[in-house]
Amino acid sequence: MSETTAPASTGLPTATRDGVGASPLRPDGALKATGEFAYSSDMWTEDMLWGATLRSPHPHARLLGVDTAAALALPGVHAVLTHEDVPGEKRYGLEYADQPVLAFGKVRYKGEPVAIVAADHPETARRALDRIRVDYEVLEPVSDPLRAAFDPDCPLVHEEGSVPDDGRHRRGGNLARHQPVRTGAFAEGATVEELRARADVVVTGSYEVGMQDQAFLGPESGLAVPAEDGGVDLYVATQWLHVDQGQIAPCLGLAPDKVRLALAGVGGAFGAREDLSMQVHACLLALRARRPVKIVYNREESFLGHVHRHPARMEYEHGATGDGALLYAVARIVLDGGAYTSTTPAVVGVAASMGVGPYAIPNVRVDAYGVYTTNPPCGAMRGFGAVQACFGYESQMDALAARLGAHPVDLRVANALAQGSRVITGQRIDAPLPMAEMLLRARDAPMPPGRSALPDPADPRTLPGGVSATVLGEGVVRGVGYAVGMKNLCFSEGFDDYSTARVRLESVGGGPAVTVHTAAAEVGQGLVTVQGQIARTELGVERVTVLPADTRVGSAGSSSASRQTYMTGGAVKAACEAVRERVLALARERGPVPPGARLSLSGGAVVSASGDVLVPLAELLDGSPVEETREYHHRATRMVDPVNGQGDSHVQFGMCVHRAVVDVDVELGLVKVVEMTAVQDVGRAVHPQQLVGQIQGATAQGVGLALMEEVQVADGVIRNPSFTDYLIPTVLDTPPMRIDVLECPDPAAPYGLRGAGEPGTLSSTPAVAAAVRAATGRALTRVPIRPEDIVGLPAPRRRR
Amino acid sequence: MRVTFEVNGRPVTADDVWAGESLLYVLRERLGLPGSKNACEQGECGSCTVYLDGVTVCACMVAAGQAHGRRVRTVEGLSSPGGGQRLDAVQEAFLEAGAVQCGFCTPGLLVQADDLVGRTARRGLGVPGDAEIREHLAGNLCRCTGYEAIVEAVRLAAERADAAVRGGAR
Ligand code: FES
Ligand code: FES
Repeated sequence: MSETTAPASTGLPTATRDGVGASPLRPDGALKATGEFAYSSDMWTEDMLWGATLRSPHPHARLLGVDTAAALALPGVHAVLTHEDVPGEKRYGLEYADQPVLAFGKVRYKGEPVAIVAADHPETARRALDRIRVDYEVLEPVSDPLRAAFDPDCPLVHEEGSVPDDGRHRRGGNLARHQPVRTGAFAEGATVEELRARADVVVTGSYEVGMQDQAFLGPESGLAVPAEDGGVDLYVATQWLHVDQGQIAPCLGLAPDKVRLALAGVGGAFGAREDLSMQVHACLLALRARRPVKIVYNREESFLGHVHRHPARMEYEHGATGDGALLYAVARIVLDGGAYTSTTPAVVGVAASMGVGPYAIPNVRVDAYGVYTTNPPCGAMRGFGAVQACFGYESQMDALAARLGAHPVDLRVANALAQGSRVITGQRIDAPLPMAEMLLRARDAPMPPGRSALPDPADPRTLPGGVSATVLGEGVVRGVGYAVGMKNLCFSEGFDDYSTARVRLESVGGGPAVTVHTAAAEVGQGLVTVQGQIARTELGVERVTVLPADTRVGSAGSSSASRQTYMTGGAVKAACEAVRERVLALARERGPVPPGARLSLSGGAVVSASGDVLVPLAELLDGSPVEETREYHHRATRMVDPVNGQGDSHVQFGMCVHRAVVDVDVELGLVKVVEMTAVQDVGRAVHPQQLVGQIQGATAQGVGLALMEEVQVADGVIRNPSFTDYLIPTVLDTPPMRIDVLECPDPAAPYGLRGAGEPGTLSSTPAVAAAVRAATGRALTRVPIRPEDIVGLPAPRRRR
Repeated sequence: MRVTFEVNGRPVTADDVWAGESLLYVLRERLGLPGSKNACEQGECGSCTVYLDGVTVCACMVAAGQAHGRRVRTVEGLSSPGGGQRLDAVQEAFLEAGAVQCGFCTPGLLVQADDLVGRTARRGLGVPGDAEIREHLAGNLCRCTGYEAIVEAVRLAAERADAAVRGGAR
């Protein structure tokens, strides 16, 4: 049913198997398939206690007092802690230290941690929570992001000083960041009216993106073990060990080297593990109780315990000339950041710079805002601000194509960016960007058979609604939609998110063996496989062991922003190169090597340019291992100008194009996605099978955002914190996919590769929305699209 | 309460079990079998799927006491009902097809996939079609893969089982 074209050859030496460009089995696969792989929620020690968290029932309230005496008196309870028991810094955060370890003064969202308990059984811990008495003075929630942003009379979520200010961003009031971008006439102060007057066609639209949850399956969890030196060892599922360590240690009042982290098995991440959740709590309890403490969130708590994708309210206006050339674009993007800063400023930076998409538009005015409210905190999720904008600008492109009577792909091709173009921040795209070709490939891919060509068109499994359908498909209409999205890859705006790798080559049991050690978080994406492949390719040795990630080696940066193959891959490559240099020097020194000969490593030996084995590595390295550690930095970027948004803020750009084919029951409001086609340029496919898996997973998450996934928040309260009510796509909701991978190398990147985890999440959603529009003729300005939007019923009034 | 049942062919006993504990909790926390995963405890995700007297169930929805005197088979028992180490054919197909990313869904999916292959190909009833595979796995969520590789893996495992059955019959 599905079809995948991925490159087969790499152009690299092939004497060593399972190197870069091959698709070897993942080294952790067998353990995961037998149930032996130890996830963070599987951690266990003989004498461990269970931690639990008391959370605020109110989205906004003054905290008047916490009485823990009755909880402490319960047999089996070993510790009950409040903010008064936090020995060091009382607040932490990724960009600004504004999130309390345990609430004090005020609670700012429903679910904010107020007290923690350690007990000998999880049920005892839960019962202890029930016995903690908290006095609140309830305040009015600040739930409307537009009011929070623009109404000067709106109450403040953060009183003066509760968010430290380092002056990096334009902020104030309830704004975490306002980032404008001005180009062309707008940079000269032109008004929208002036540009509108010059356009032949103008389209405007208001768009809304609901709050999406990462919904990884492995809940937030970990085990903290108190150590004899007064420190603590934490086994945890995270995306970035060192940034956790850097936030935890100050809160515990400990030096960083007293807080040692090791990565426990991670059950998916998608951005939700970039912020801390239970880390400080488990350490505090373990240090107080002097026993190992395990905390595992249940699903409801997981919805409360991590940041979500920012919901967005967006206003767009595009003007074009009659021949379809874009003249100007104006966008206002308001992102609800919820109660604490998390990564909101960086998300705003992406939404602003990617705000009108990969199009050549001479005059642009974008304003992106991140807003504090008393809604659940929002932060990183795969696509990071670019997802929301992509739904806005791609909806606009479709509206414009319709007005011009143009095919949506033709309009996009006519205005496409390419290598050498500039994005709206003024940054020149210096790597290949085959956007026009990608769009045409998506359009020209074979179409799935129509309903009439099915063996049994009345088979309910082929109908929207599936086997629970009550009709025979009389109202089913097919639609096709297209979208393209562009995303910056690696960290931006001056952030030096380097990665560190230690590589050791030695003789073990008569053969050469490589050990790779980094702190990079394997979250499911297959980074452990890729590290081994790179070592094999660079050192010509097949036996590679990737050590568990921990803080005994330098930072690897975050497993986010599609950056780990680029950055940690780059670090492993650099460390291998350093090892290789020393080994070759050793060979020249000791071995029977003709002077001046060009040497390389292959098949476990030092070989000559003609491929002759000069000396086996096992022999050369007998008793003298070679080890090197290297840091890898991407090219420098800088903060954009706070007023006009200009500056080379990004490292690399990634792009994906989607074509969606859907069947819509226009009477019942049900959608079945028939097929998704994705075309993505990845520069170089390091592991084609895992790469395709990334694009498929990203596509599925985009389908979810288009049709079903929304954390429903009313007056600051999440109404659906469960997998019963928050729906992620099942195998029946997810269509067969056709993945088309292009490889146009980026000369600045290791092996020419381009980060690939995120781009597919951008275009998937607007492509599905476009296809549903094509089938229904409705405007559909909001995702997820609900059945009532399709059949045209007014939305049910929200319960208050 | 004391609960005694059979897991992966071995008799087991758990003492001091609270009335509210699920079969999943007892397997994971009392019997040292954490292979079955806990991702929702509401019967929605299928990560905890095990065989109970040969029928697949969500172990989080079975009270521990309900398992008393019955036979349970978990992901740990898929490859080695007799104690061997080798991966079973369905497990191998998942790895080859790239159906394992974070792997949190994998134990439950493997049990559910094993059930489908056992009802079809292994009984000589042929390789299930795409729609049948999807219906059978509809209770198992995966957030990482987009399911393409999983469907592929189940097809691969069923094809191999089918070939083995037909080869054996010849
Ligand atoms: S944990 Fe049992 S179905 Fe999710
Ligand atoms: S592989 Fe991660 S949930 Fe399926």
